Amino acid sequence: MALLDITDLKTCFPSPDGLVKAVDTVDLHIDKGERLGLIGETGCGKTVLGLSIVRLLQATTRIDGRILYNNIDILKASDGKMRQLRGREIAMILQNPTTSLNPVLKIGDQIAEAISLHQGYMRKEAWSKAVEMLEAVKIPDSAERAHQYPHELSGGMRERVMIAMGLACNPNFIIADEPTKGLDARTKAQIIDLIHETTSKKALLIITHDLGVAGTICDRIAVMYAGELLEEASSDLILNDPLHPYTRGFINSLPSRGLVPIPGTSPSLIDPPQGCRFHNRCPQAAKICSKKHPTLMEIEKGHKVRCLLYN
Amino acid sequence: MIEVSDLKKYYSNGLIKKQYTRAVDGVSFHIEKGETLGLVGESGCGKTTVGRLLLHLIEPTSGKIMFDGIDLIALKRSELRKLRPRMQMIFQDPESSLNPRMKIGESIAEPFRLGLRGKICTHEIKRQIQDLIEIVGLNPEHVNRYPYQLSGGQNQRVVLARILAINPEFIVADEPTAALDVSVQAQILHLIMNLKKDFGLTMLFISHDLEVVRHMSDRIAVMELGRIVAVDSVKMDDCKRSV
Repeated sequence: MALLDITDLKTCFPSPDGLVKAVDTVDLHIDKGERLGLIGETGCGKTVLGLSIVRLLQATTRIDGRILYNNIDILKASDGKMRQLRGREIAMILQNPTTSLNPVLKIGDQIAEAISLHQGYMRKEAWSKAVEMLEAVKIPDSAERAHQYPHELSGGMRERVMIAMGLACNPNFIIADEPTKGLDARTKAQIIDLIHETTSKKALLIITHDLGVAGTICDRIAVMYAGELLEEASSDLILNDPLHPYTRGFINSLPSRGLVPIPGTSPSLIDPPQGCRFHNRCPQAAKICSKKHPTLMEIEKGHKVRCLLYN
Repeated sequence: MIEVSDLKKYYSNGLIKKQYTRAVDGVSFHIEKGETLGLVGESGCGKTTVGRLLLHLIEPTSGKIMFDGIDLIALKRSELRKLRPRMQMIFQDPESSLNPRMKIGESIAEPFRLGLRGKICTHEIKRQIQDLIEIVGLNPEHVNRYPYQLSGGQNQRVVLARILAINPEFIVADEPTAALDVSVQAQILHLIMNLKKDFGLTMLFISHDLEVVRHMSDRIAVMELGRIVAVDSVKMDDCKRSV
């Protein structure tokens, strides 16, 4: 049974120019212990999808559809219920640790806060648990490091602190938003290993534009473009035998796969193009692509694609 | 074109018990005219410092930098100012290298208005900006926007247009795509490669991504802890071993 089941999710923001449809009719499910990668370009709505799951969006946002987590309807749950879920059941490791950490609190205190809140530990115990967590994410001299402030740590260290904070209350489902952004090759590899080790047997949603990261960690990958899912399959299939022209283009723009760019820029989410949203950048576009909007169809077992080429 | 010998930059801290951080510790290399030298290394190995030293944006502790036969370190400030338009830098984060209160068009027009390209009338400046905007693949409507209204990739294009407006001979590109997406990265790198060809630029390309550097460069230098440990024409295996 699916741990997380998203049906018909629509997340929109009002803006002076019109409604920004950041997530448009997305269906997605994650099983217990499964690792799903959500990939796509900047501004395609992948972070908003992550934030919708934990309902961490501003009050003016319109979220429609249904998100079931362990049979709890998240979009209908009370604020108090959500506060209980966040951190304890579902943890979100936010993107960009430099701005996500509180600059005036010691990192030990920041981790201890979550622990004492959710698990009812006293100050001292919570602190020692926090030090344990720092140790678990392989921060050397964790007892001393816990007394440091975020600015005293390097980018890789801060990312480790974010992961420690996410894992502190032993959640069953973790959403990691761009955990490797801005890190150099060696640190990136270490963080990937760390996520791998610390989240074994937990369900994981990794939001990233880095196919290498998604490929190494995830069982399944979903490709998002202009608010919609375009393709969904196992990591192997996505990386080695992608069907959608966009996924192919995305993979070919990797430096190790030839560095061939996709021409043009991603469309506006206020007024997305008619027909297939990718048609004006697509090398295989036909006339019908600008008129008919394709649906996400299952081509083979477990391989879904939204493209008229395969209809 | 560029000849660097035994370049050093130490940062010191402490008054009584002085400690030195050797950011760049005896680096020597040269770049031929029209060539791209790739500089790879982990973060904190001093590659950005080398880039900044090369344009004499920071004062080296010791060493010598020759630019087209001119000793950069020995130059007076005023002489250096005159030389600066010939060398430019592309920074990591395009948003922070553009003035947030200037429209895109104004940013690109600045080199012209400062008279770096000789005296030209306003009308001619407008035409030149239109050309540059087209070269870097932006739309004419972008001229009246502000940097916050554009995406990271578009802003990096603006930075490139502004650099081309100065018409330099030598460019230091310091991780120009670090803040960008994979697909946008490919677009920007292709643009840089084409511009380099069309304008006959000489370039130092700094990055921590070996794959990217391999695509961009004629030769690669590998840096580690303030020193260059290997220089080679683009041969992957050698570099992989040393990184």
